[in-house]
Amino acid sequence: MNRTLYGNLIFELSKKGRKGYSLPQDYDRTHTTAELPEALRRKEAARLPECDELTVVRHYTNLSHNNFGVNDGFYPLGSCTMKYNPVINEEIAGMKAFAGLHPLQPAVTCQGALEVYYNLQESLAELAGLSEFTLNPCAGAHGELTGLMVIRAYHESQGDIRTKVLIPDSAHGTNPASAAVCGLEVVEVKSLADGTVDVDHLRQLLSEMGSEVAAMMMTNPNTLGIFEPRVLEITEMVHKAGGLMYYDGANLNALLGECRPGDMGFDVMHINLHKTFSTPHGGGGPGSGPVGVRKGLEQFLPTPRVKKVVVNYDLPEDGPTEWEGFIVDWGTASDINNSNKPLGSVGNFFGNFGVMLKAYTYILSLGSENIKHVGPLATLNANYIKERLRDSYLLPISGLCKHEVVFDGLVDKSSGVTTMDVAKRLLDYGYHAPTIYFPLLFHESLMIEPTENESKETIDAFIDVMHKIAKEAKTDPELVKTAPHNTPIGRVDDVLAAKNPITTYWKSKE
Amino acid sequence: MFKYFPHTEEDLQEMLKAAGAKSVHDLFDDVPEAARFKREYELPEALSETDLRLFFEQLTAPDNAMQLVCFAGAGCYDHYAPSVVQNLIQRSEFLTSYTPYQAEISQGTLHYIFEYQSMIAELTGMDIANASMYDGATATAEAAMMAWGNAKKANCVLMSETVDPKVRRVVETYAHFHGFPIKLVPAVNGVLDRSALDKEIAEGGVAGLIVQQPNYYGIVENYTGIADALHEQKGIFVVNANPSDLAILKTPAEWGADVAVGEGQSLGIPMTFGGPGVGYMACTEKLMRKLPGRIVGQTLDNRGQRAFVLTLQAREQHIRRQKATSNICSNQSLMALYVTIYLSLMGKEGLREVAEMSYAGAHSLRDKLIATGKFKDTFPGQPFFNEFCVDYEGDLEALLDECTANGYLAGVQVGEKTLMLAVTEQRSTEEIDELVEIIQQFKEEEAKA
Amino acid sequence: MAKFEEGLRYSESHEYIRVEGEYGYIGISDYAQHALGNVVYVDMPEVDDEVTAGEEFGAVESVKAASDLISPVSGTVVEVNEALEDQPELLNEDAFANWIIKVQLSDPSELDALMDVEAYKEHCKE
Repeated sequence: MNRTLYGNLIFELSKKGRKGYSLPQDYDRTHTTAELPEALRRKEAARLPECDELTVVRHYTNLSHNNFGVNDGFYPLGSCTMKYNPVINEEIAGMKAFAGLHPLQPAVTCQGALEVYYNLQESLAELAGLSEFTLNPCAGAHGELTGLMVIRAYHESQGDIRTKVLIPDSAHGTNPASAAVCGLEVVEVKSLADGTVDVDHLRQLLSEMGSEVAAMMMTNPNTLGIFEPRVLEITEMVHKAGGLMYYDGANLNALLGECRPGDMGFDVMHINLHKTFSTPHGGGGPGSGPVGVRKGLEQFLPTPRVKKVVVNYDLPEDGPTEWEGFIVDWGTASDINNSNKPLGSVGNFFGNFGVMLKAYTYILSLGSENIKHVGPLATLNANYIKERLRDSYLLPISGLCKHEVVFDGLVDKSSGVTTMDVAKRLLDYGYHAPTIYFPLLFHESLMIEPTENESKETIDAFIDVMHKIAKEAKTDPELVKTAPHNTPIGRVDDVLAAKNPITTYWKSKE
Repeated sequence: MFKYFPHTEEDLQEMLKAAGAKSVHDLFDDVPEAARFKREYELPEALSETDLRLFFEQLTAPDNAMQLVCFAGAGCYDHYAPSVVQNLIQRSEFLTSYTPYQAEISQGTLHYIFEYQSMIAELTGMDIANASMYDGATATAEAAMMAWGNAKKANCVLMSETVDPKVRRVVETYAHFHGFPIKLVPAVNGVLDRSALDKEIAEGGVAGLIVQQPNYYGIVENYTGIADALHEQKGIFVVNANPSDLAILKTPAEWGADVAVGEGQSLGIPMTFGGPGVGYMACTEKLMRKLPGRIVGQTLDNRGQRAFVLTLQAREQHIRRQKATSNICSNQSLMALYVTIYLSLMGKEGLREVAEMSYAGAHSLRDKLIATGKFKDTFPGQPFFNEFCVDYEGDLEALLDECTANGYLAGVQVGEKTLMLAVTEQRSTEEIDELVEIIQQFKEEEAKA
Repeated sequence: MAKFEEGLRYSESHEYIRVEGEYGYIGISDYAQHALGNVVYVDMPEVDDEVTAGEEFGAVESVKAASDLISPVSGTVVEVNEALEDQPELLNEDAFANWIIKVQLSDPSELDALMDVEAYKEHCKE
């Protein structure tokens, strides 16, 4: 691609007098904003670009060519579940009849939307083995925070002050960050050499501070892609101490069809619809992070809640009539400080409804007979990669993995080629890189998650390239260390960006 | 096999062999027996695409999804967007990519986020914007936490009663759990009570104040002098502003804000039952390292080319864990792209035109409603933008039902007698007149009979 | 190889203090700056702020890491090294010459709990 022509910022393409929109001109101009006192108006017009339509179309089309999506190629990004984003999902979510709904229009006028909302809540509850879900949270981290709020609201309702959250040291950084935002103190639980929770350490912590433990947060399979074999023991221990178990649904994809968080003893969880339920990541969002709870915790879920009701009317002409439909419970202002009430609200309206439409379409497309194959096929793909790459890449934990596998860099590290270099070289071959330097348990983590959608041919080709890079690391290490070579830009200067942050066009002009 | 599963029987056998398993279920031998799921999911059976379309067509039939002429606002507005926007954001290179960690193959995303940040900074007048937040309410809650975290000695964060009650509820929820008090500053005649505010500030211990512009009731408030009073006490000023109106209205920076937040849905994003929209968040350079969320910065690559990259990451959860500025790790990237393309097309003039048309329509509607003799201004004499409140003399619920039955969403009821209506450039003079006509003709007695 | 400077007191979290009379200059050790890599930002307290032994008073950030600064002693900040605001890389160039804050000590006996250079060398080997 020709960067001299198309590498501009939109502001650099702007020319006074151009426009890219058309608005009706026949409106009542009796009133104008000049009526507003000057003290309320901005002094200078905002320096937004002035561009014609084709210039804008070309600019963003060309920008898209500098991106890499699941539709472009294999995306083995560990812990991100980059599965295929079905096109029919987009078609349904784009239906005008949904796009035109205002969130505050009367419930009787939008029963279709509420039905989708309600049915998705119910479907997730069945898949998770829990009682009820809220769809309000907009992302996984938002779900974690909401889930922890549920847990705190529960303890508050019991008159129980619990301020600590147990989190395995292998956890993703979001877990402790969510706990801190929720006003909880993080206590790390150690991992064993095989990456699973050190149950003895957990027992010790519970005996020291059990009555202060609000919850334990866990990802299972954990961040190494390993199923926690003692999960039932762990949930029982924490429950005995009066704490609740939080399930981070980041890795739920592995378990579809085989195992449900509710059946493992988890009380609260979130699901990333943009991972397990195929909604696109969109370059970072919008996602959706529904939160589910076991029976007995439903009353704490945030509002608005969509509920199914049966209303009995007695009409003069028709006699008693039954209306079954969906209503919205918006909660009341006093909920937040009351026990046994919804914990409050976590967003403007209902959450990312457009994303929910896609997830529900996905569930209906697969149906009960296909959705159960998701976990097994994703797990098969990961184990296949694990066995076929272990000659060239160091496998620190052998044995079964679930939907993803973690290597600790190259087996032969003598040439100094790092995980970063391998990742960058993969870009040259037309693959997205795996997740690198996470989990933190190993120095050269390389985390591969293939998802259930990838064919044997795609995976074989990837494996071949990975072996080829391992060979290059021996024969021509410089080639790998200076990669990528075939991408629109080379490696970037992170230090320059962070030391003297330029985050707007105008700052770059200074 | 199913259309999203490429595995043939032959593939399965070969792959299982390599993985050392007899069946896929053997791969779950490490799951304790008691935790294994052994029945079928109680979910509907798979629907073909044809059946899926039919199913959703039924759900969106007029009875199930009434397409009402929208005079409702309250944080979600029916604005126009050029056709190009929706088309471009559907490009799969944008849609199906992840957060731009690998800068070399993510310049598309990084480049537009840089443009988005620049546009938000320009609209708000602030120095730096992040790569977007979930929505306006959570962005405001993050700003409250930022104020609290920034204060050395404080006992509360103040919030104006004229902030949208839905936003207030989210801020109060976050504050309750994070562990700091929110004190509401009351309103008089629909605007922040300045004497009450002065009293609160004089008492000291104020970490910050959150206000909204235009406020919940659509009133454009005068916030002159507030920032100075707060800064004297080392408190920060948070302005939640509707970005669409910032084409005309005084910017948060001009009010002296330290943090500007808001909901970007009004920048042409379809209502879609309230989401996805996009929250924006911007601040002064001084607070840059306290800003939550992703931030894209400009740098150079090793070939000397201008390049963009995620930066200032030491603030974030993947490095700081529980000491991060926030737990947020994603953004609403695709919606930020939506806003960026929208603003590129509308540009300097288009956004002003939208603001003028919305302002003109709202004021014309207000005049006509008052002229029916059935309404009074709820907040007489207060300047408003494209949303306003009127008090209805009769049974407001019955009136709204009548409008709905005629295909009009006549606004949002915000009090027993109070109706709040919003007008955007999408509402034609004919629609405005027809709504007034329906209201004019409405007779409660007949409706009851 | 990390450098070590004689005559300073060191903490387990890799801060040093150079004591001059009732004042102490606090910075990070050369070992610490090596571990962090390119320093891009130093978060410093303000003059007159109180610092407490064992508690954080700021942070040092590189691109991919951040490390809290833990005060080795208690006291009042009398000066901050403003040069670090624009040139955080000075910590990489010479960590010992570029102290971060100057503190008036409130309890000099706290110095006894800190390591001398030999003990600190051992600590870094662990």
